Amino acid sequence: MDYSFTLLIVLLPLAGFVLLGLFHDRLKPMVAGTLGTLNLLVITLFSYYTAFHYFTQGNSESGYTAIKAFNLLWLSFTESLQIQLGILLDPLSVMMLVVITTVSLMVHIYSLGYMKGEKGFQRYYAFLSLFTFSMLGLVVATNIFQMYIFWELVGVSSYLLIGFYYERPSAVAASKKAFIVTRFADLGFLLGILLLSFYTNTFDFTTLTSMDGVAISSPPAALFLGMSVTTWAMLLIFMGGAGKSAMFPLHIWLPDAMEGPTPVSALIHAATMVVAGVYLVARLFPVYALSSPDSLEVIAYVGSFTSLFAAIIACTQLDIKRVLAFSTLSQIGYMMVALGVSGYGGEEGLGYMAALFHLFTHAFFKALLFLGAGSVIHAVHSNLMTDMGGLRKFMPITHITFLIACLTIAGIPPLSGFFSKDEILVAAYEHNKIIFVVQWLVAGITAFYMFRLYFNIFWNRTPHFHHTPHESPALMTFPLIFLAIASVLAGFVPFHALVTSDGKAFHTELHWMIAIPSVLIAVVGIGVAAWFYLKQNILPEKVTHGVKGMYTLVYHKFYIDELYLFLTHKVIFNFISRPVAWFDRHIVDGTMNLIGDTTVYGSNLIKKMQSGHMQWYIWFFTSGVLLLAFLLLYLN
Amino acid sequence: MTGPKIIFYILAFSTILFSLLSVFDRRILRAAIYLLFVLVAIAGLFYMMNFQFLAAVQLMLYAGGIVVLIIFSILLTSQINSKLDAPKLMQLLAASFTALFGIGISLYTILPYVFKPSAAPTLEVNMRNIGLQLLNTGEQGYVLPFEVISILLLAALVGIIFIAKRSRT
Amino acid sequence: MNLQAEIPLHYMIVLSTLLFFIGLVGVLIRRNLITMLMGIELMLNAVNINFVAFNHYLYPHRFEGHFFALIVMAIAAAEAAIAIALIINIYRKFSTVNVDDVDELKY
Repeated sequence: MDYSFTLLIVLLPLAGFVLLGLFHDRLKPMVAGTLGTLNLLVITLFSYYTAFHYFTQGNSESGYTAIKAFNLLWLSFTESLQIQLGILLDPLSVMMLVVITTVSLMVHIYSLGYMKGEKGFQRYYAFLSLFTFSMLGLVVATNIFQMYIFWELVGVSSYLLIGFYYERPSAVAASKKAFIVTRFADLGFLLGILLLSFYTNTFDFTTLTSMDGVAISSPPAALFLGMSVTTWAMLLIFMGGAGKSAMFPLHIWLPDAMEGPTPVSALIHAATMVVAGVYLVARLFPVYALSSPDSLEVIAYVGSFTSLFAAIIACTQLDIKRVLAFSTLSQIGYMMVALGVSGYGGEEGLGYMAALFHLFTHAFFKALLFLGAGSVIHAVHSNLMTDMGGLRKFMPITHITFLIACLTIAGIPPLSGFFSKDEILVAAYEHNKIIFVVQWLVAGITAFYMFRLYFNIFWNRTPHFHHTPHESPALMTFPLIFLAIASVLAGFVPFHALVTSDGKAFHTELHWMIAIPSVLIAVVGIGVAAWFYLKQNILPEKVTHGVKGMYTLVYHKFYIDELYLFLTHKVIFNFISRPVAWFDRHIVDGTMNLIGDTTVYGSNLIKKMQSGHMQWYIWFFTSGVLLLAFLLLYLN
Repeated sequence: MTGPKIIFYILAFSTILFSLLSVFDRRILRAAIYLLFVLVAIAGLFYMMNFQFLAAVQLMLYAGGIVVLIIFSILLTSQINSKLDAPKLMQLLAASFTALFGIGISLYTILPYVFKPSAAPTLEVNMRNIGLQLLNTGEQGYVLPFEVISILLLAALVGIIFIAKRSRT
Repeated sequence: MNLQAEIPLHYMIVLSTLLFFIGLVGVLIRRNLITMLMGIELMLNAVNINFVAFNHYLYPHRFEGHFFALIVMAIAAAEAAIAIALIINIYRKFSTVNVDDVDELKY
């Protein structure tokens, strides 16, 4: 079937951005919002249609084939160095299309209610369209360079949306931080792209990941500092992915990014953009798995450490959005672990499938959590859980959907999080016992901090509210209900038959030996949380007092930000930037100024020759001619 | 002393004398008249060298045209009786130096040079030959410069009218 | 009339050289625009003498120098006419034909 209509999926959001961006102050806020939302509805329907056709018409016995629905030669430098723009449809990108458009549509609808009356409402929708465009362009990229272009566009839209409340200094600082940190990571990504394409002579994903391509059949054997060039390239590319996905140690921007509007956090910093790193690794997975297993090992450990690290911090945070941000870090860590422990092909590719399965389910329940948190913030006008409590009576729909999301992320069957997390744990268990134990513990911590959040918001003591909280409007509750249903049902999608490392379906089943302990530890986590926070009591304070030093350390996120600040301000600024700046101002500028000043001085000296006395001009001219004649005739 | 020699000396002497007078006389109208004498003497030189046609053109164009034009413009712009400013000493010195230097190197270069005349048969200078060559398109034909000159003169004509007409503002 | 035997070519060249540099002196020392123009006419005539003399003495079988002189005269006429138009225009604007007073474009 002809898939060229998928071009519209990418171009419609761009059109929306241009339209809303150009006419933002001509349109009434609600008109702009409705236009943007309807536009996205169309795009979402297109993506569903694409996914339906792709998955029903593909033959799952011989595997799904990648289809280039559209390809345009954009820049042609040499025979091999050609940059193309196109649309690649394979199980991975089609799955991502569905995730992105669904979450984006929900966020669009939700924002109609949440952002109502905000200054710059039209601008907000324009930016949302820009983000959707970039993200869709990223996932359908046919080559790594197109991906890089959209990767940066995604970074820009994220920057714009984090800094949406640009009158607030903290939002400005957060947007700058996000941009700089991800930019720094993208430097690695770019180097990786150049290195990889230099040795393999191609940008194209299909060529890169095909079994007889250069990258896999004969990976370059050149060594650099004891590691093969392929490993270096893949690690550098992963650095870009780690920046976007906020893996340790590049995670510091994500918690601050919560300065943006809450729906934006749900869309960008929970469901879609931050999983771009996972998507990137998955996209290049055959190269990782077959020609550079060392870098895959690194990915597994980074993911595992990040998930533990973030889960511990999440237990101490008071700002509900920050708790969710750290939980996002932790969950992305899970996905990275799954990719890291995976092998290629068939049953071996369980981890690959599990990572993308978790990406799929996580998108729904994390978006739900954020939107629920937004609904709560909307009602209470505060981000801090100390200002909340007992809200179950006031906001029943938010309460129920939030509870579903918490149960899902904790991994309680038969909700979707249970299935995807189970697959990850199985994959980890088969590959690396230490990582399995860590991830198993993290599952328990996850359950604990999520229910700490849940009980603190909806149970516990009821503080004195300035005005009685009320349930959010239907525009906001509809996405909550939709996403809650998606969270419940997403686990039953037969992922092992759809999105696998080699495109072929394989058989998988629940491993009770692993599922039972993981559910048990989740229940324990929930139980502890309930014991601590269901009713107001002094237990939490006692515990924190008992491990005070530890608590402070964790509360301040292990002082990573402070360490970076110290490094940049005290070390880099003082010992590198200042001398360089001095050199620039005094030596480089000085040289230029000297040249300029000399010219000005010289001009002042000789400008008197332009006296306006024509006869002297004639005299100089004729004397010069005669002198020249004399010289040429007699002095050679 | 033969006839031609005497005539040449008279013409050459008057050329130099009147040109010096024309340059150094401070009464401008007289300077113009001296210029006229110089031009007439040069016409005589042309005549001596058998170029009667050119001598006639010299007389008509220079003596009859340009000098009259110059006299007109003198009358339009200056008082007849007023004298020109004496040249500044500095200018005089610089100009004389350049002129003497130029005369020096020119003559020093040219005088020792022995010119070799062409041995080809002389072409008689008469109106028939001049006219044939001036309007000939073949070898030794000068119709192209002739036409270019006519265009140049037309352009000069238009330009002069444009420059000299009083602007409306 | 055999001029070559009576008057060598060098005589003509000396004459034209002197005339040329007298004209140059006229251009350089007189500040009146009209006298400067007269100096230029002298220089052009010196050049014409050269053309004609070379034609007559060295290449009597062709008319090149003759036509060159003719074209120089035509150009001289055009040049004089334009120069005088300019001088009159300058006189209207500045009420003077002294070059030293017309120095708007200095520095």
